Amino acid sequence: MNLALRDVRYRLGRFLLTALGLGLLLTTVMAMGGVYQGLVVEALSIVRAAGADLWVVQKDTNGPFAETSRIPDDLYRTIRAVPGVQEASPVAFQSLQFKVGPKPFRVQLIGYRLGGLGGPQAVVAGRPIVRGRYEMVVGREAGLPLGTEIRIRRLVFRIVGLTEGIVSSAGDPVAFVSLLDAQEIQFSKANEAVRNDRARLQADLRADPGLATVSPEAVAPIVQNTHLANAVLVRLEPGAHPETVRAHIERWKYYRVLTAAQQEDVLGKSVIERGRQQTLLMRAILLIVSIVIIALIIYTMTLEKIRDIATLKVVGAPDRTIAALILQEALALGVVGFILGAVLIGRTYQYFPRRTVIVAFDQWVLLGIVVVICVVASLLGISKALRVDPTTALGGGA
Amino acid sequence: MPAIVGEHLTKIFGRGETEVIALDDVSIGVEGGELVALMGPSGSGKTTLLRALSLIDPPASGRVMMDGATICEAGRVLVDDRRLRRRRMGIIFQSYNLIPFLTALENVALILTLDGVPAREALRRARGLLERLDLAHRADQHPATLSGGEQQRLAVARAVINDPKVILADEPTAALDTERGQAVMELLRRLGREGNAGVIVVTHDERMLTGFDRVYRMLDGRIASSGRTAQPSEERYEIAHE
Repeated sequence: MNLALRDVRYRLGRFLLTALGLGLLLTTVMAMGGVYQGLVVEALSIVRAAGADLWVVQKDTNGPFAETSRIPDDLYRTIRAVPGVQEASPVAFQSLQFKVGPKPFRVQLIGYRLGGLGGPQAVVAGRPIVRGRYEMVVGREAGLPLGTEIRIRRLVFRIVGLTEGIVSSAGDPVAFVSLLDAQEIQFSKANEAVRNDRARLQADLRADPGLATVSPEAVAPIVQNTHLANAVLVRLEPGAHPETVRAHIERWKYYRVLTAAQQEDVLGKSVIERGRQQTLLMRAILLIVSIVIIALIIYTMTLEKIRDIATLKVVGAPDRTIAALILQEALALGVVGFILGAVLIGRTYQYFPRRTVIVAFDQWVLLGIVVVICVVASLLGISKALRVDPTTALGGGA
Repeated sequence: MPAIVGEHLTKIFGRGETEVIALDDVSIGVEGGELVALMGPSGSGKTTLLRALSLIDPPASGRVMMDGATICEAGRVLVDDRRLRRRRMGIIFQSYNLIPFLTALENVALILTLDGVPAREALRRARGLLERLDLAHRADQHPATLSGGEQQRLAVARAVINDPKVILADEPTAALDTERGQAVMELLRRLGREGNAGVIVVTHDERMLTGFDRVYRMLDGRIASSGRTAQPSEERYEIAHE
C-alpha cells in the first residue's frame, strides 16, 4: 500500500497547486537556461551564417567582433590566389542605429560583395539584393516590412528582402547591404574632417621641398579613401587543410587568420562571456532558491502530518515506511512541478524578446538536479518525522 | 499465562523541583480474554501506564512481560517495539487517530500490509472484518466523512485486524455519547473474548464499567485499588479492596 500516492490523491488539489507554484519557479530556471543558450546561439549565429572556413583580419587583432579590424578590401584578390582557397570575399560589420519615423532601430549592419561570401543565406520574404546600391535585406526580428525606406546618414535604403535567425551578440537583428554602401557608411568622413585632412596634406606638401612638385589634387582622394573592409571571408576547397592555408596567409600576407572555430571562440569566450556568466549566476541563484523553497514545502508537508506519522509509529510502522512516504511525495512534487514547468516554458519561450533556446540535454540535467534537490530537501522532513515522539498521537495526560 | 504483565513499573518526568512521579511501583497483569478497566482522575498515571505497557514510552524501571517473555526490563526495551505493536498489540486512541488520507478499508488493512501481508489479502481480511462490524458500506469512505461512533468502530477494527494478544484502549469512549460508548465497549469485550486477547481500557466514566472483569483504580501514579467485578455481565460491580 503506497501511502504517498494515497496522500497525494487525498490532497490532490493542494498538491497540484503546490506543484504549479514549483513548476513556475522551475519555468524561470528553464527560461534562464534558455536565455543562456540563446545568448550563445545568437552570438555565434552571425559567424555561422557567414559560412566561412577562415576569417582574415587585421594583424594583431581578434577580428571585427572583438575590436576594430581594418584591412584593404581588395585583399581578397590575393587571398584567392592562395593554394587551397576556393573563394574569398571582403565584408564590413558595423553596429548602428537609425530611425524609421519616430522609432529608433538598432541593427548589426553587414556589407558584403554581391555574389560573394557573407550575405544572407536565405531570404524568407522579398528578394536578395541585386542592385549594387541602396538596397537592404533586414532581419525579420527588426519588425520592419518590405518596402520600408531607411535613411542612414546621407544614404536612403529600401528594404527589398527579409531574412531571419541571425542576430548580433547583443541580440540586434542584422541588416545586409552592399559592401560599397557599408563602406560609405562606415569609412567616409564628414565634410569638415575631409576639409581638415586636405588642408593638413597641402601644408605637409608645402613644407617638404622634395614633394613640391606633387599636386594637391593628385593626392586628395587619399583622405577620402573608403576601400576598406573589416575582414575577408575565406571558403576552402574541398579537402584543403585550414591550418595549412592559415599558416600560408599569415606568413606571406601579414594578416591574422582565424578559423571559424577560433572566431566562435573569440565570441564565446570574450565578447559574451560576462553575459554568459551573469546568466549562469542567475541560474545558480534560482536553483538555490528552488532548493530552499522545495525544502520548506516538504518540511511544511511533513509538519502537517506529524500526528499521522506519530500514529503510524504507534501502530508499528517502521521508519522506512515513514521515510518513503516523505521521500516519494517530495519526488512526486518535484517531477510533477518539473513537467508543469517544461510544458509552460515549451508553450511560451518563443514569445521571449530575445532568442531562447530550450535544449533537451539541459532539461534532462535540470530534471536530475530537481530529483537530487527533492531527495536532499526531503532529508529535512524525514529527519523531523523520525524524531517525532509517538506519544504525540496519544491524548490524555499522565 | 497472563497476556501482559507489568511489574514494579516506575516513570518519572522532569527533574528537581519539576519532578513528577507518573508511575510509582505499579504492577498489573491481564489474562487472555480478560477485560480490565483502568480508572482514576486526570494525572493519576493511566495513560502513562498504557504507554509503558505498549513500550511507546518505556518505564524507567520495572519489567514488562508478554506471554511469559520479558520485553522490557530496567528501562531497556528488549524487542523491536514497533514490530511487537503491529503483530501482537492493538491500540485504540481517544480521538480515533485514523489516517485521514486512507479509506476506512485501507486504514484497517494498513497494519497487515506494514507486516508484509500482500495488499490483496490484507484488503480481503479487512473487508471481512468491516462486514462483521457493520461498516462494510463505509469501506471506501475517508475517516472525515464518518460519524464519531463509526470512526471509533473503525479504530477498533484496526486494532484487532492483526489478532493481537493485548488490546490497549485509551479513553475510547471519551468523544462518544453514552449509547455509542457502550456499543464500543461491548464490541471490545466481544472481540477480546473471541480473540482471547487481554483488553485494558482507560476510562473515567463509571457508566462504562459494565461487564469488566477487573477494575484498577489509580491515584498519584499508584494503583490505589483493584478488584474483580462479581458478575461482569451485570450492570453493578463490586470492587474488593486489596
